[in-house]
Amino acid sequence: MTDSKYFTTTKKGEIFELKAELNSDKKEKKKEAVKKVIASMTVGKDVSALFPDVVNCMQTDNLELKKLVYLYLMNYAKSQPDMAIMAVNTFVKDCEDPNPLIRALAVRTMGCIRVDKITEYLCEPLRKCLKDEDPYVRKTAAVCVAKLHDINAQLVEDQGFLDTLKDLISDSNPMVVANAVAALSEIAESHPSSNLLDLNPQSINKLLTALNECTEWGQIFILDCLANYMPKDDREAQSICERVTPRLSHANSAVVLSAVKVLMKFMEMLSKDLDYYGTLLKKLAPPLVTLLSAEPELQYVALRNINLIVQKRPEILKHEMKVFFVKYNDPIYVKLEKLDIMIRLASQANIAQVLAELKEYATEVDVDFVRKAVRAIGRCAIKVEQSAERCVSTLLDLIQTKVNYVVQEAIVVIKDIFRKYPNKYESVIATLCENLDSLDEPEARAAMIWIVGEYAERIDNADELLESFLEGFHDESTQVQLQLLTAIVKLFLKKPTETQELVQQVLSLATQDSDNPDLRDRGYIYWRLLSTDPVAAKEVVLAEKPLISEETDLIEPTLLDELICYIGTLASVYHKPPSAFVEGSRGVVHKSLPPRTGSSESAESPEAAPTGAPPSEQPAVIPAQGDLLGDLLNLDLGPPVSGPPMTTASVQMGAVDLLGGGLDSLMGGTNFAAPPAGTMPATLSAPIGGGLGDLFDLTSGVGTLSGSYVAPKAVWLPAMKAKGLEISGTFTRQVGSISMDLLLTNKALQVMSDFAIQFNRNSFGLAPAAPLQVHAPLSPNQTVEISLPLNTVGSVMKMDPLNNLQVAVKNNIDVFYFSTLYPLHILFVEDGKMERQMFLATWKDIPNENEAQFQIKDCPLNAEAVSSKLQGSNIFTIAKRNVEGQDMLYQSLKLTNGIWVLAELRIQPGNPNFTLSLKCRAPEVSQHVYQAYETVLKN
Amino acid sequence: MIGGLFIYNHKGEVLISRVYRDDIGRNAVDAFRVNVIHARQQVRSPVTNIARTSFFHVKRSNIWLAAVTKQNVNAAMVFEFLYKMCDVMAAYFGKISEENIKNNFVLIYELLDEILDFGYPQNSETGALKTFITQQGIKSQHTKEEQSQITSQVTGQIGWRREGIKYRRNELFLDVLESVNLLMSPQGQVLSAHVSGRVVMKSYLSGMPECKFGMNDKIVIEKQGKGTADETGKSGKQSIAIDDCTFHQCVRLSKFDSERSISFIPPDGEFELMRYRTTKDIILPFRVIPLVREVGRTKLEVKVVIKSNFKPSLLAQKIEVRIPTPLNTSGVQVICMKGKAKYKASENAIVWKIKRMAGMKESQISAEIELLPTNDKKKWARPPISMNFEVPFAPSGLKVRYLKVFEPKLNYSDHDVIKWVRYIGRSGIYETRC
Repeated sequence: MTDSKYFTTTKKGEIFELKAELNSDKKEKKKEAVKKVIASMTVGKDVSALFPDVVNCMQTDNLELKKLVYLYLMNYAKSQPDMAIMAVNTFVKDCEDPNPLIRALAVRTMGCIRVDKITEYLCEPLRKCLKDEDPYVRKTAAVCVAKLHDINAQLVEDQGFLDTLKDLISDSNPMVVANAVAALSEIAESHPSSNLLDLNPQSINKLLTALNECTEWGQIFILDCLANYMPKDDREAQSICERVTPRLSHANSAVVLSAVKVLMKFMEMLSKDLDYYGTLLKKLAPPLVTLLSAEPELQYVALRNINLIVQKRPEILKHEMKVFFVKYNDPIYVKLEKLDIMIRLASQANIAQVLAELKEYATEVDVDFVRKAVRAIGRCAIKVEQSAERCVSTLLDLIQTKVNYVVQEAIVVIKDIFRKYPNKYESVIATLCENLDSLDEPEARAAMIWIVGEYAERIDNADELLESFLEGFHDESTQVQLQLLTAIVKLFLKKPTETQELVQQVLSLATQDSDNPDLRDRGYIYWRLLSTDPVAAKEVVLAEKPLISEETDLIEPTLLDELICYIGTLASVYHKPPSAFVEGSRGVVHKSLPPRTGSSESAESPEAAPTGAPPSEQPAVIPAQGDLLGDLLNLDLGPPVSGPPMTTASVQMGAVDLLGGGLDSLMGGTNFAAPPAGTMPATLSAPIGGGLGDLFDLTSGVGTLSGSYVAPKAVWLPAMKAKGLEISGTFTRQVGSISMDLLLTNKALQVMSDFAIQFNRNSFGLAPAAPLQVHAPLSPNQTVEISLPLNTVGSVMKMDPLNNLQVAVKNNIDVFYFSTLYPLHILFVEDGKMERQMFLATWKDIPNENEAQFQIKDCPLNAEAVSSKLQGSNIFTIAKRNVEGQDMLYQSLKLTNGIWVLAELRIQPGNPNFTLSLKCRAPEVSQHVYQAYETVLKN
Repeated sequence: MIGGLFIYNHKGEVLISRVYRDDIGRNAVDAFRVNVIHARQQVRSPVTNIARTSFFHVKRSNIWLAAVTKQNVNAAMVFEFLYKMCDVMAAYFGKISEENIKNNFVLIYELLDEILDFGYPQNSETGALKTFITQQGIKSQHTKEEQSQITSQVTGQIGWRREGIKYRRNELFLDVLESVNLLMSPQGQVLSAHVSGRVVMKSYLSGMPECKFGMNDKIVIEKQGKGTADETGKSGKQSIAIDDCTFHQCVRLSKFDSERSISFIPPDGEFELMRYRTTKDIILPFRVIPLVREVGRTKLEVKVVIKSNFKPSLLAQKIEVRIPTPLNTSGVQVICMKGKAKYKASENAIVWKIKRMAGMKESQISAEIELLPTNDKKKWARPPISMNFEVPFAPSGLKVRYLKVFEPKLNYSDHDVIKWVRYIGRSGIYETRC
């Protein structure tokens, strides 16, 4: 039987002929005709005109013919909805057929026809099929619910199919379970908020049982679903891991990778001291290595994932360097990925082998691969200090080959080596200079020019060399131009006598003849520096450069953690979160690793923050409820700059949703209305304080008269998380306006530009009042200070904690997210002084359950000092009473959104501990107001 | 999940196109053709993202199979599925070629409808599929019993085997097939070596036989050795350390994980029971000793010695040594002691073939390569010398210790089953740099 003949009918009048054949009485002829139709459909011809004729063939006992007609229907029903109705009867009838294969076929096909009228008729048969006695029909029906949901989600909910689907998770047949899990997972993805899958220890147990029995594909569905579960404690995590590990020996790589995903995720919850943790680490390596003997396409997927795993947990594969050695016949995509992993695994222990390999690769044919290999040698030098010398000599050997792109690549990496190990390898400069003429790529030219400028004093003819570049100045790329400008200025500062003419030439080229603002600005700066204060110029231009770090291309930790949750999927192949390549609502939900549990006690309840949180925790860490005090103190102390990023932080940050989409539901029940734009006080004069009116407060550290306390700048976004961009900052309030003072530092090797900032919706509607103005691109190691004015007219969403602010900063490299807590006193407005009568009335009016009491400890100030200090931050003392030797201060303050907070502060002379009672109609702010008191009083 | 599946011929013409999801439009078919099949450069990745649509492709001879999706699918699963799809097609109609695909397009659509539902892979075991998707026009008139037997097999725990299989002679064949991989430095240092092996079983057994497979796995032997102390010394030597292994889905993985025993109910006919990998104590059947000398700019002298390193009573077969030559080679003179050697200009290599060679022997080839003078500054990359061979033993040292068969319901015992075991070691990528 040769069906290929159907592909060759191309003559005219074909449709007409087919029509005749379709209506033929002979069964065989009919079938032939349908086959021809399908063949035409496949090659892209429009055969929709035959719709009624084909549908007429549907009523048949011949299953093969029936399937063909169904195939046709799936393709064209949408274009002919009215006629598609003709098919409904047959479908409904087939759903009742005694043959389970036919019942399943009907329900499967019906789900694929996206015509409303057909969908209506689908519900009843589907309901029956979901409860069919035959598992084959049930497993087909389970998937059909997902199809129907894709067409009409509301219908599925109204008809109660979701509950039936949930029941199927307990089905006796493993394949039904697997398909139900797949369908539910898909539906749940488009309803991130719904608790559709409702995973609990019982249902997990069912899934784990089905895992042992179902097909390889079913195992993948179940494992992928398990990966979304959050075990309640480390014991549960361990027991799930134990039952998942056998899957690592499955022949299907996807089963293995999905199992790896579950293990990598749940491992987060296991304590590193646990024996089991070590066992698990050991068990992970062999299956990962085995993946490399799969077909090349799968190897590629595996390697992209291993790249992530190696970054997350380098210990797993640290002894397996050899398996990543490139084979001569590997496809190029496998070679490039292996090379990447080799560099990541390179260490002192294996560097000799790695270098020998890399040298081998540098002689291969594929240009990209060779370049990458050369670059890798440079990275080895920077990563493993002991190997630097050998790397340099290897690179020199490669330069001797005179292969153009090898030489260029080598020069680029040698520049980095110079940066890392200053005054060590400069002897090779002479060799580099020999190759000056062959450099034609901007990056290599710029690198070479940098070298010449940096070491101008050691190169006799540096001026000639640089002059030769200057001839074609305007044809060079910006990168080269900028570098050339700097290099010549450096040269001038080092050898001023001979190079005056040269420097003038380059300055005029850069400032007068160039259209590039960056170049012009840099030119002017140098010019002015040189003409006003050459000593200062020397200090600036020839300043000692900080050493470069070893790993520059690590994936940002937050993203890495998210990608670990996507092991095996496309996201892990692209190294991008799904939102970057998936349209619509799907995939927008960020996944995150479970919070790392340090000790077994805190593991008992994951919600509670680890009790012994180290003081080096960064401010970006969003504290869990109940540990606010500790974190507030951290914030006030001006936390240390560096420290390992805490997983908890990254986890929360993964959930930052700048657009606020889908989070509306969280807003319910908030007490904060969007503040009217007019609440910002316009008065500049500070209100006169009650009684004392003493604006001078010697004990207060506040520098500005009418400004409130300003916390020292803290690092909000460490450089290692943001590809080299470090952001530190603080909030200030001065004469009625709030601003965010930022220090942006470029710790990367490339220039940063195109900065922009955006806030997520927050409790008080804080928003930038102006765009982020960074005037010039930020060159490496440059820091810029910016004061970003804020207003409170942005959109409002209640955050947890209340004073949490999620911020996105964009530059030319990427978008980075961080979150920070702002001190509430920046929101205290200047007209926050209440009338006495009003105060009394309000105090009585606010119910007692809204009163909160706090202790302010170790504050050595007296009542006068306290009230004047607080007034600096717009907390106004309305009255003062002396009761039984205690000073009672009655105070009021108002927030930008119009909420009043009333306070009673009890001070006992000689006792450094104060008692603070706060009353407010929105009691959730009390905690933060108290913190503001602490902050203001103690600084 | 998978949104659609396309099959193209080498020209990029669509042979099969099946769309499962509404988000995949007609233009997806063309996007892949234009951007991948007709792309000017070599394919740089098996996954391509075009306009937010991801394409996964594999090639079989000159046929392209592409799966397409707009979602964040399990990428490993998609490739596994594509391979499986190839296996299923091959099991139905042999080689995957344009002609075969065109000849069987109706069948392929039927298969695609069955093994992929809304983009979710379903049971794809050929054994099960063949019970109800046949080429000879479907008999929809199965008896009721047959029908439920089919459906329970397709969805059941043992989806790979049907009940009621009967053989007069219960027989099974075990093939231990290993490929030994080596990368050696010119100085004879092993840079990397590993064996990737497969145990392929052909079973012709009646009923639902329970099988248990045992080999000289170090962990198992040491476990047993604890009981009988005197045996450890003897058997410990012959046991091998397996780095990792994977099993056919019929093997009970949890049992392997806890007891390290390999038990299963096999599919009928041929299947791959397990794959494994070893890196320790590998017997390298051949050693290649290269010697390349450049005589001036226009001549190379090459001498290669191969030594066989196994029992003299065994014979290696199909030996082939491939010595790469520079691109500017103008002529080659070869002398070899054994076998035949030829310079193949089209492949840029000297190919030396020896039919058979016993263990502990040595042979050598020497060649003079004349070169055309070139201006090319770039030195010749010197690809490694590669070797092919086949030996009648397992280079990993793996031994089958037993394969026990139990079928409690039928009246045949383990002793009645005729068992055959065969070991074949082949070269994988067996290279020596020169």
